[in-house]
Amino acid sequence: MNARSAAATHSNTPVVSMRHVGKVFPGVIANDDITLDIRPGRVHCLLGENGAGKSTLISILAGMQQPDTGWIEIDGQKVNISSPRSAMDYGIGVVYQHSTLISTMTVLENLMLGVTGGAFLNRESARSRLTEISAMLGVEIDPDAEAADLALGQQQQVEIAKAMWKGSRVLILDEPTSMLAPQAIADLDASVERLTKDGIAVIFITHKLREAYSMGDEVSVLRRGRLVASIDAETLEGLSEEKFTNAVLAAMFGDDISAIGDRNDVELLSGAKVATKVRTKSSRSDEKLVLHLEDVTTPSTPTEFGVSNVSLKLRAGEVVGVAGIDGHGQSALAEVVAGQVRATSGSVFLDGDDVTKLGVRARQELGLRYVTDDRLHEGIVADLSVALNLLLKQIGKLPYWKRGQISKPDVDAEATRLVEAFEIRTPSIHARAGALSGGNIQKLLLARELSHQPTVVVFNKPTYGLDLKTVNRVRKIVKDFAEQGGAVLLISTDLDELVELSDRVAIISRGRLVGEVENNSPDTARQVGEFMVGSAHSEGNHV
Amino acid sequence: MSNPISDATGMIPLPSDGQSKLSKVMETLVRTILPVVLALLTSVVVLIVIGKDPWFFYSEVFRYGVMGNGWQQTIRLMAPLLLYSAGLIVVFRGKLWNLGYDAQYLLGSVVVAGFSPMLIEVMPLWAAFTVSLIMGTAAGAAWTLLPAALKARYGTNEIITTLMMSFIGIGISNMLVRGPFQNPDIHVPQTRVLPVADMFPQIPGTRIHIGIIISVVVVLIIHLLLTRTSFGLRLDVFGSSPKTALHVGINSPQMILILFILSGALIGLAASVDMLGYQGNLRANINPGYGAAVLPFVFLGRLNILTTIPFVAFYCILDTGGRLASLDSGLDTHFLMIVIALILVFMSVIEYFGVKKDLGQSYLPPGLRRAVTGLFDRGARA
Repeated sequence: MNARSAAATHSNTPVVSMRHVGKVFPGVIANDDITLDIRPGRVHCLLGENGAGKSTLISILAGMQQPDTGWIEIDGQKVNISSPRSAMDYGIGVVYQHSTLISTMTVLENLMLGVTGGAFLNRESARSRLTEISAMLGVEIDPDAEAADLALGQQQQVEIAKAMWKGSRVLILDEPTSMLAPQAIADLDASVERLTKDGIAVIFITHKLREAYSMGDEVSVLRRGRLVASIDAETLEGLSEEKFTNAVLAAMFGDDISAIGDRNDVELLSGAKVATKVRTKSSRSDEKLVLHLEDVTTPSTPTEFGVSNVSLKLRAGEVVGVAGIDGHGQSALAEVVAGQVRATSGSVFLDGDDVTKLGVRARQELGLRYVTDDRLHEGIVADLSVALNLLLKQIGKLPYWKRGQISKPDVDAEATRLVEAFEIRTPSIHARAGALSGGNIQKLLLARELSHQPTVVVFNKPTYGLDLKTVNRVRKIVKDFAEQGGAVLLISTDLDELVELSDRVAIISRGRLVGEVENNSPDTARQVGEFMVGSAHSEGNHV
Repeated sequence: MSNPISDATGMIPLPSDGQSKLSKVMETLVRTILPVVLALLTSVVVLIVIGKDPWFFYSEVFRYGVMGNGWQQTIRLMAPLLLYSAGLIVVFRGKLWNLGYDAQYLLGSVVVAGFSPMLIEVMPLWAAFTVSLIMGTAAGAAWTLLPAALKARYGTNEIITTLMMSFIGIGISNMLVRGPFQNPDIHVPQTRVLPVADMFPQIPGTRIHIGIIISVVVVLIIHLLLTRTSFGLRLDVFGSSPKTALHVGINSPQMILILFILSGALIGLAASVDMLGYQGNLRANINPGYGAAVLPFVFLGRLNILTTIPFVAFYCILDTGGRLASLDSGLDTHFLMIVIALILVFMSVIEYFGVKKDLGQSYLPPGLRRAVTGLFDRGARA
């Protein structure tokens, strides 16, 4: 399953070398003196927490950012990768975490975008180039299928084809596996293996240790912007998975490892172990029905699906996960429940009462909360203080506002209480909320939404982009809330997270709920994956 | 945040909060005062180039704008301009751009100029003042209703609708001056002139009418509304992000309506105060253009009413003194608008640098920077 055997047949001279690369943003040293060699025919795994500096390093290679210090060599020549275009010219192709495909266009149209070689589009040559690349990857890609009709794994193959369109020597895959089901990961692995046999260097970014071990030929670990460990091919060959895990965990977290959680938590979070359900207490089917969607439809936008004819039941103490490719109606689902989007048809019931016509505020007062995924632009007002952000949804309400006037002692006392209870790290409750780190902003949102008697909470990608310590804490908060009888709708693009926390996992595709899996066996991830592939196939075959 | 790196979980560049208080104050001063200073210096250069004596011009501005009775004229002008600024600030804080201020002002003026002579004949003076003020205020507010409703209901771009409504409103006010409100005794298109006895009384011992008191009181109330109440906070949330407003549960359509109506009302009130206190009548095709004049200053005052007051005072000195100074120096009175325009230009430039500094980015646009550094790279290699 791994490409290690292939590595030996290619020359050992690095194709890309980063030398003493450094990049500083205000308040953050993103990269600090990083020196790395990328060799042809090998899979180089880049491991590290969110915020360790992986993305910055990649954006420097991709020409999106310029290093402040250090330089990059290609074939031993010092080069200046000044733009994404010049990165492409050097043969560096990137597959980003977020899909860059336009869902209403066909595969071929998507591939021809941005890679113009003249004033006119040449479909025939594009078609033959796609056939070439498909053969290299060992996959079949229908050039005339609409991008939206493809399953995530297929979309990723198209993204790889796009990155390699002009002849790639280095392929960068940025966290390609988080929503992939086990069988799609195997397909990706097979494609990567074929590419390395052809002498292409692959940089594989992940935060899952088990993937790094099974797919990587060489491994580098970043922590706080520094390269803290590199394991070369020979050493990696001789390491057992357990020893590898220990070595990498020590490098990734150093002394902080105990702060994250116990050993089991750390191994689950770092993807060293296959995810399993961590909740022991599950809700029973006779619990009170708290949230009920009946045949709900919302309008679609050009860039995102709305939901169509969605029906869903959520009982007290239950966690229902929603899996699916980003942009397939998850946000619409969350917003129609929260009242931020009106249903064009269908009804929303809360505790048995029809709330379809109620606005956001009225639903909040009935105990419905929404932890948004757009933390920075929707969740907080960056220029307001931490205290006011914590009470943003209480503006004008007693006891924090009296006759339209803010009651500073009450606001400050409540804010102080929440900051302590949720361990929000802030210089003071009067600091600008925008100056907090991503993890602390998420804790702020959780503190706000989980106070003042919530009964149903919608979490939209609650751990996306957070450091593992906060991820662990957020998952515990979700778990505890459900165990105290709260109902949770958990939308996530992290399959491991859904498996760990959900009682049931519903699968959303093109705005529809296409299936549901009871999370009571070790087979959940595979079953969810089947629904995701199956739904796309059944609807995608019309071409 | 003692160790920002250990706390860093996102690569989002944020304005550094580690600055000292002093450097923050300095930065604020630079960002607000520097544009004015640079504009004045540039205008000095312009004056020298066209062969005028800048020292003479600006000392005349000071002489007419502040010395003698000049300060009274200046304060008289501040009465409508403070209300005007408040009207713009209210709506700009919500990131809504009411650019229909000219029509809102002129309609307020024409209603007061047209009706107050009739009202004075049928009711006591204080009642006539009150009714006139209400009518002028209502006229300004009414002219924002359509753009506000379109914005609230359909999200129609208010910049376009308010501008278009402005053309219509200016036309209507001219029609009213030439039609029903035309002074029957003369042939020049203008309304009846209010006798001085029927205008606002003056503050004893000065030639400043009581409009300035109305203005200051109203403006302070609006300032408290914006900064001290739950409404003001909701407005700030709405202004910072409509997305957050929706998420928090703020009634955005209602907010849009309130802000537009308040803005139009304050501008209409500004017009009424000036009409009853100073102008006394309205001629056709006259537009004082106060809106364009105070616009840069509300931004320099960071959309805060209190910090805008000194800027308005500065403008009023420039305006009252500058008109006479221009005559004395043989300049066109439009020279003042050039100074205002220069302030806008320098404000934009300094804001650009300020934003770049906040984001920690290079001051040069990336393309230009690469071109410049590329030049040196090649030079080094050669």
